[in-house]
Amino acid sequence: MSLFSHSHFERNSIILVIGILIVVSIGGLVQITPLFFLSSTIEEVDGVRPYSPLELAGRNIYIREGCYNCHSQMIRALRDEVERYGHYSLAAESMYDHPFQWGSKRTGPDLARVGGKYSDDWHVLHMANPRAVVPESIMPRYPFLAETPLGYEDVAAHLEANRVVGVPYTDEMVANASGDLKIQTQPLEDYDAMLARYPKAQIRDFDGNPEMVSELDALIAYMQMLGTLVDFSAYEAEGENLR
Amino acid sequence: MAQPNGAPSAGGTVGEPGLLNDGRLTTMGWGAIALFILGAFLGIFVMAGASGGAMVFHGALITVFCLLAIMWIGDRHFDFLQRGPTPKAPDGVQYNDAVIRWGVIASTFWGVVGFSVGLVIAVQLAFPDLLTGIAELNFGRLRPVHTSAVIFAFGGNVLMVTSFYVVQRTSKARLAGDIAPWFVFWGYQLFIVLAATGYVMGVTQSKEYAEPEWYIDLWLTIVWVTYLLVFLGTLWRRREPHIYVANWFYLAFIVTIAMLHIVNNLAVPVSFAGDKSYVLFSGVQDAMTQWWYGHNAVGFFLTAGFLGIMYYFIPKRAERPVYSYRLSIIHFWALIFLYIWAGPHHLHFTALPDWAQTLGATFSIMLWMPSWGGMINGLMTLAGAWDRLRTDPVIRMLVVSVAFYGMSTFEGPLMSIKAVNGLSHYTDWTIGHVHSGALGWVGFVSFGALYCLAPWVWRRARLYSLALVEWHFWIATIGIVLYITSMWVSGILQGLMWRAYDELGFLEYSFVETVEAMHPFYIIRAIGGGLFVIGSLIMAYNIYKTAKGEIRASEPLDATAGRAPQGQFVAAPAH
Repeated sequence: MSLFSHSHFERNSIILVIGILIVVSIGGLVQITPLFFLSSTIEEVDGVRPYSPLELAGRNIYIREGCYNCHSQMIRALRDEVERYGHYSLAAESMYDHPFQWGSKRTGPDLARVGGKYSDDWHVLHMANPRAVVPESIMPRYPFLAETPLGYEDVAAHLEANRVVGVPYTDEMVANASGDLKIQTQPLEDYDAMLARYPKAQIRDFDGNPEMVSELDALIAYMQMLGTLVDFSAYEAEGENLR
Repeated sequence: MAQPNGAPSAGGTVGEPGLLNDGRLTTMGWGAIALFILGAFLGIFVMAGASGGAMVFHGALITVFCLLAIMWIGDRHFDFLQRGPTPKAPDGVQYNDAVIRWGVIASTFWGVVGFSVGLVIAVQLAFPDLLTGIAELNFGRLRPVHTSAVIFAFGGNVLMVTSFYVVQRTSKARLAGDIAPWFVFWGYQLFIVLAATGYVMGVTQSKEYAEPEWYIDLWLTIVWVTYLLVFLGTLWRRREPHIYVANWFYLAFIVTIAMLHIVNNLAVPVSFAGDKSYVLFSGVQDAMTQWWYGHNAVGFFLTAGFLGIMYYFIPKRAERPVYSYRLSIIHFWALIFLYIWAGPHHLHFTALPDWAQTLGATFSIMLWMPSWGGMINGLMTLAGAWDRLRTDPVIRMLVVSVAFYGMSTFEGPLMSIKAVNGLSHYTDWTIGHVHSGALGWVGFVSFGALYCLAPWVWRRARLYSLALVEWHFWIATIGIVLYITSMWVSGILQGLMWRAYDELGFLEYSFVETVEAMHPFYIIRAIGGGLFVIGSLIMAYNIYKTAKGEIRASEPLDATAGRAPQGQFVAAPAH
């Protein structure tokens, strides 16, 4: 049996397994590992910060309800997309997203820059029954979000888990997580410390119901901040585009 | 005719130690019991500490599973003491077909479930007020139930059951392990139930086709490693010098899925008794890892594994050797090497660096070659037996599946070209493409394999009815054609509408106008999906009747006399 005969693979299952492992590892090693080391992968941008506790809770509801199945958060660098949705998405804008929410299908529109596009009231009506505000919409209704109190007893643990995977939450942020979450829905309280921790955070009673912090509060807080952190009037894609 | 478990009449008892325990408690058996006791306590512990309803339910499921496993092992042991060891089969191999019978049932069941959920969500897109407003039944939670049910529950069971059958027959050896194959089968069903009930209750990590949360991922890892060991262990006892080509593909599928699953699901749980975790990678790296996983769930789960089916069932059913041995070697290594690079074509024009996008597109286009090489190898296996396409609807199903494979592996590279992808991405074109592969290739090759397996493992002379296979074939084919064509039209239409400009240079259509334009195509798609569901119900009935040993009165056995293609396999491989 020649050294280069395929029989070696056919006669020895371990050699076959090793051969398979080597052959299927190469592509991933070449494509994935450099992304962690090439500094050009994520551009340097001002303004991107970790999610506030309320926004993070809202993001988790977005994930729980499977919004990613129909909504992308990735504006491609194509003329019509930039005109429809705004500046193309930067890698930096999702650098704290564990996991990413770029999506793969637009049954509904892209949401990467939906923040500030509609009023809170519009979102409240839209989530209760999308066809009340957009008659042709095929989105499901989410009336239960406004009625369900947001469970956030363990929000500090969520921040800590994020810290383990690399999101730069400080000890101060973790210690104040629960209070920061609540105060983001209470514009009459003293929120200066919270705002200092999470610049540009929007502080309102999002769902219009001051009685409780609902799941809808969190979800609207998340949607209203999407795409608002980077100031694109000041952002310049300077120098040679290495990406 | 109806001999349960194929209890043979002649031969000695099994003497080889460790080869066939047949229920007697060994050291391994005690070890398994100890692990299941540990698992039961873990389940109780999770239930006690859980904050949400999902974890209480899942802790209870795990506990019940472990307790049932302990009872089952004990029951087999006492049964063994009464009955004594199983006599050895005349040719020395006592194949483990009991687990395969269960696998055929599970595959059929999950197929019907998965297709039906798909039909429900297809109708929801056409008529959005259907089943809406209830969290558990909204599209966003049901869609992963559909994708996981068809890929992992239906497809996964088909792969498991066929690989267990094929590796035994082509190695002339009984499946390795006594408890292990059963653990793989039932452990995998538990994984499916945990995943699906989790989605409905909102437990998801939102990575497509990898939605199950951390503890379900850990469970699948245990089951999958056991699966690999059972498969390898069977190869190690083979009485053939060479490992048959189908087994190369099964092995590549099992090994690569393990690698993809582990890397893509690395995550840090918030707490031990909570379902929520945060995945290790973020943003652009997470996107690349996810589509490295996602595209190779297609490449290795839905392609390499099912090519293993093609390489065994088509030659076996057609009674012809594989067309080209050399082509199968090239097909195998080129396919598994190239596929793993294709992921970035899901991320064209995004924030993923350009070099990665270009690499992904290049390798996707190269992938066309091994794909078509494999298709040719499958189709040309019928050389000299083309008449069987007319006379045997099961062969026709298998061959048409390979034709669909060729079609969707031509369409895929096309869609990975950046200029095409700019139009097709985010639209229904992708959905149509996926379904031409999923319904046409994966679905039909699975149906063909199940139609072969049912009479073989229940040891029947033939399927209950070949006419019903004809009905299944034509109804499902019409369904697929409706599905694919409607999605082509709606996808290309929507892509063009998104980028249409009016004479003043403004975007011509608002987003919701493009949604409205999809409505008729969503209805056509739902009709196509409905036909596919009907086909699967016909198959379920046919397999049920076959398992019971019935032959349809209007199609007596004599009708297939002369060739009796299925009858041959009853005798040959069994004992």
